[in-house]
Amino acid sequence: MAVGIVLVAHSAGLAAEAVALVRGIAGADAPVAAAGGTADGGLGTSLDLIEKAVAAVDQGDGVVIVPDLGSSVLTALLVEDPGRVVVADVPFVEGAIAAAVTAGAGAALPAVLSAAEDAWRYRKFSDS
Amino acid sequence: MEHLDITLDTAFFVAWFEDVARTVRLHRDRLIELDAAIGDADHGANLDRGLSEVRAALAGWPPTSPIQVLVSAGTTLIRRVGGASGPLYGSLFRSMGKALEPPVTLAGFAAAFDAGVVAVERLGKAAPGDKTMVDALVPAARALALAVRDGVAAPEAFALAGRAAEDGARATVPLQARKGRASYLGGRSVGHEDPGAASSALIVGSLATVASGLRQVPGDT
Repeated sequence: MAVGIVLVAHSAGLAAEAVALVRGIAGADAPVAAAGGTADGGLGTSLDLIEKAVAAVDQGDGVVIVPDLGSSVLTALLVEDPGRVVVADVPFVEGAIAAAVTAGAGAALPAVLSAAEDAWRYRKFSDS
Repeated sequence: MEHLDITLDTAFFVAWFEDVARTVRLHRDRLIELDAAIGDADHGANLDRGLSEVRAALAGWPPTSPIQVLVSAGTTLIRRVGGASGPLYGSLFRSMGKALEPPVTLAGFAAAFDAGVVAVERLGKAAPGDKTMVDALVPAARALALAVRDGVAAPEAFALAGRAAEDGARATVPLQARKGRASYLGGRSVGHEDPGAASSALIVGSLATVASGLRQVPGDT
């Protein structure tokens, strides 16, 4: 059992590749799902795809949704279910990796969310 | 302007969404142009598509209460628009529906509309002056509340709300965007009307159109 992660992006390709990257780093078994683009393959956000992805990774320990921006964020917020399904306000790639690695280590929902939020503090090369 | 009062029944709310769908289609290209200037040019097309789905859903499953009309329309917009206006307008109508108590009076309508606008402000974390749909919706809610206070009949109250929303939308022209994609443009967002405020003015404007029994002539922009 582990916290599930859903990556929501404006493009299906971006979401799918982000999932592939996260699995590559966090482990192939990480419960991570993509919800990218609109239902008809365009750029945008689909509530249906987000709900399907949440259902696919929900093992009963909760789900963290990591959106990219704009309509992804607003649509993800509509499926929030406090204590069970939460939206992380974090950088997309860094937050997703931090969340998935922490979830893979068996952490509970608040710890996974907190790890994702720590991604704000990691500088890439400069001193903070 | 007729001052006869009207009944805010299920048929009124269905007619509202039919007129909104028709009006947004007429103004589709203008919304696209406004969005092309400071956004990603999809607002007119997204909203037009979503509202077509709203019309189809309302026609295929005749709702039996104003609440059902609003919640169904809101849910359809959330599911079918694909851009930020979907969850925002969806929340407006769903929250409005949930706050509505039948039989619907003008006072009840005004209070429910205000609840919907508050839901939009919360979801989008936007305030008046941010150059968003809130800049048209908040003045409309205020105009409705004042009309209720002054005992104005519904058709005139809706006309006042429509003008307040239009004025609010036009007042976004000199503003610098603080929310949404346009905010990335910084000072370059100044000088353009916000497309979300423009579509909000159309949505509110349809209330008066329906209430006065007027129909826009196709092609009239």
